[in-house]
Amino acid sequence: MFGTGLLKGLGVTLKHALETFEDDRESVPDRYKGSLDLGNNRKVIQQPIDQEGLLTIQYPEEKRLLPERFRYIPMLIWDSEKQEDRCTACGICAKVCPPQCIWIVRDSDENGKPVTRCSEFYIDAAVCMSCSFCVEFCPFDAIKMNHDYELAVYDRYPQLVYDMEELTVPLEYYAALWPTQYEEEQARRKEEEEQKRKQEEEKAARAAAKQAAAAQKAEAGAGAPKRSAAELQALAKERAAQRQAQTQTADGGGDDDAAAAKRARMEELKRRAQERARQRKSGNGSS
Amino acid sequence: MTEATAVAKTPANDLGLEQDLADAVLGTWAEDTETAAVIAPDRILEVLTRLRDVHGYDFLSNLTCVDYEGYGGKLRAGIDARLEVVYNLYSTRRGGGSIALHVRVPEDDTVPSATSVYPGANLQEREVYDLFGVKFDGHPNLRRILLWDGFHGHPMRKDWHEAYYEEDAKPFRSRHPKGEYEFHEDKVPWAKNTTYPAGWDPDSWQEAVAYVPVSQAPQHEDKPHLDTESIVVNLGPHHPSTHGVFRMLTRVEGETILALEPEMGYLHRNHEKIGERNTWLMNMPFTDRLDYLNSMSNNWAYALAVEKLADIEVPERAEYLRVIMAEFSRIVNHAWSIGFILNDLGALQTPALYAIEEREMILDLFEAVSGARMMCNYMRFGGVVRDLPEGWHEQAAYLANERLPRALDELDRLLTENEILMARGRGVGYLSVEDLIALSVSGPMIRAGGLPYDIRKAEPYGIYDRFDFDIPTLPNSDIYDRYYIRLLEARESVRILQQALRDIPEGEILGGRGGYTLRAPEGEVYGRLEAPKGELGFYLASDGKTQPWRYHVRSPSYINLNALGPMSVGYKVADAIVILGAIDIVLGEVDR
Ligand code: SF4
Ligand code: SF4
Repeated sequence: MFGTGLLKGLGVTLKHALETFEDDRESVPDRYKGSLDLGNNRKVIQQPIDQEGLLTIQYPEEKRLLPERFRYIPMLIWDSEKQEDRCTACGICAKVCPPQCIWIVRDSDENGKPVTRCSEFYIDAAVCMSCSFCVEFCPFDAIKMNHDYELAVYDRYPQLVYDMEELTVPLEYYAALWPTQYEEEQARRKEEEEQKRKQEEEKAARAAAKQAAAAQKAEAGAGAPKRSAAELQALAKERAAQRQAQTQTADGGGDDDAAAAKRARMEELKRRAQERARQRKSGNGSS
Repeated sequence: MTEATAVAKTPANDLGLEQDLADAVLGTWAEDTETAAVIAPDRILEVLTRLRDVHGYDFLSNLTCVDYEGYGGKLRAGIDARLEVVYNLYSTRRGGGSIALHVRVPEDDTVPSATSVYPGANLQEREVYDLFGVKFDGHPNLRRILLWDGFHGHPMRKDWHEAYYEEDAKPFRSRHPKGEYEFHEDKVPWAKNTTYPAGWDPDSWQEAVAYVPVSQAPQHEDKPHLDTESIVVNLGPHHPSTHGVFRMLTRVEGETILALEPEMGYLHRNHEKIGERNTWLMNMPFTDRLDYLNSMSNNWAYALAVEKLADIEVPERAEYLRVIMAEFSRIVNHAWSIGFILNDLGALQTPALYAIEEREMILDLFEAVSGARMMCNYMRFGGVVRDLPEGWHEQAAYLANERLPRALDELDRLLTENEILMARGRGVGYLSVEDLIALSVSGPMIRAGGLPYDIRKAEPYGIYDRFDFDIPTLPNSDIYDRYYIRLLEARESVRILQQALRDIPEGEILGGRGGYTLRAPEGEVYGRLEAPKGELGFYLASDGKTQPWRYHVRSPSYINLNALGPMSVGYKVADAIVILGAIDIVLGEVDR
């Protein structure tokens, strides 16, 4: 009969309307169940996969819950345990970046020798295509994806060209955004460090043995050695101590203010990240 | 250029051609599932006609060009002319691999136009003319297509450099360790970045309505039913019904369309030139931006072509993950396209909104696994980049086993028997399936015309030969069938998903580290798959370096537009809007 198709269709729309109404009614007291409070009356909301009606998220008061792997603009990691930037200025990220929007200036020491640290690091966020290749191929876990997507500004330049200061976040911030990956990564890094340490110990032992053998040989060959193996080791230790003292004074002197400011900034970011992680936890806990 | 060299043993026989055409074939070689041959330029039409009529190669899938200036390419049959036009032919009745024909010509030579044999060469030859400057003799409408008439030069030629050209290949050396970078703001010297062709005056230029059937009022055989004059009307480029920036140049008489010509290129960014500056891997996120509704399929098509070229193995689990993502993507696409066909019909928003409700959930899944809803950048050469996060599999299984079948049934109930849809869709936009094939149309459109041609079955890639699914077909080749076929195909996708999610094994997801230092071996390859919109192919040529020498996208949206004019003639203006909607184009892929 003419019109039955239309009626059937109208039945579907009616069902949808009722379901949406029902969903809304059910969620009146706890629409934010299991969600995260961002403060200022702002909430994060996730559409349950078995929700039947239509769900509208009232952005910007409400936001979607982002999955851990969400990628937007990269951030650089400040290793708060070691108090240093993880980036070694190796340049791999700048090489793999498809639109070539990363540019890096490698730092050098007072003699002009390049060191494994960058003095400048920029990402042009207007050009970045959020592909995450830089993260994938960084061998030092120094660059990660930030979740912050509200970047609108009035001018592209200079606001959207992020320098090192804007890009850098403390390790804890990253750990709060990417908990699963962070744990995996920490486990892997620990293992690697362990291995490296073992290797170095072995190497040192081998070197010592070799030295002793050489010394013995020399002793046997040409009378008294100039220095014994023990003496050599002591000397090496002394030099290492000197070097350490030097770098410490270098750190403390010169750019004292800048370094202090950076540390303070990192502390502040760290505090915020921890707060956020706490909130996330308590949000989950209440559900 | 007349002699066949040692490459060709008995060329004619390798191709299966008869002896009288033996001297047209200058050399042959085999590539995996394909046979390839160099053909003498002046004999190409004979060879094409014979292959079509006698050997069943009825589908001209891909037609493109390569500029070998500075490299030369693999020297075949001793010919080193600069430009090479490539034809990839398939048989839709038999299925199976392609036959690839190569024609090499010097810079200023012309090539006979294949449009008389395969009308579907129309848009592709115009593109080659536009981007490479190869002239096709006998083409009915040889004008620029993606660029405007005042564009200087042919940008895909190797010696053409874009404004602010930096280097031939990435990575650009300036970025590290000195960190030099120029802002585009500093680089715009107004008016100095544009040059015009010799003798070209932008002030006196007026775009002519160049296309003959549109520019001239057709002669009526019998008296027109309306006592009126026909006029030229532009639909678009800025119009919601064109799904982006796209223009239909029409000649109408009253409301009836007498001739229609698609005009495109407004979103052209020379994707392919960018692709040739990029390293192999860098192109992966760029493919996301082609058909931005289906980044998963695009990723896969590109990975497939590169894997074929460089002979890379894909682990079992990754194969399953690819199928799962691609089929989810097909459902997303078909839901979207159903919604928009209805939108174009005037059923504003309700069907579209219902259709994309589950799409949101699938996008959530994409986001959870890849980090982005639409620009997934998920596949790598030799697998996929990330394994499934916790809880993903259960959610996907819930969608595939319960929610999606229910949602598709609901869509079916909402629309299929709707009398208005039937009245508007039945018999509108008809074109016989033979015509569609001749016009190189692929995907749901030909299946809605009754031909069960689907690359997943015709030339299975990945692990599609393991799944139990059908290729639905419908007989009428009209708007209504083009709507309904998408629903049926989405149901088949659900079936594949159920099987794939049930059978997916544990294990590796990526062989190697994704290949950022990949150097593909010398050679050419055409890799294709059944994307939701039709056949998506990548034609790649490599000179053994870290960048593709040629990176060409055979995009279904673009080539399916061949049929827009022929399908619309005789229908009303309002129908043309739906006819376009039912082709299902995405301008990111049309204009590239
Ligand atoms: S972020 Fe990583 S890849 Fe980039 S320069 Fe620093 S260490 Fe190298
Ligand atoms: S995310 Fe991609 S585009 Fe953005 S900086 Fe990293 S590599 Fe470059």
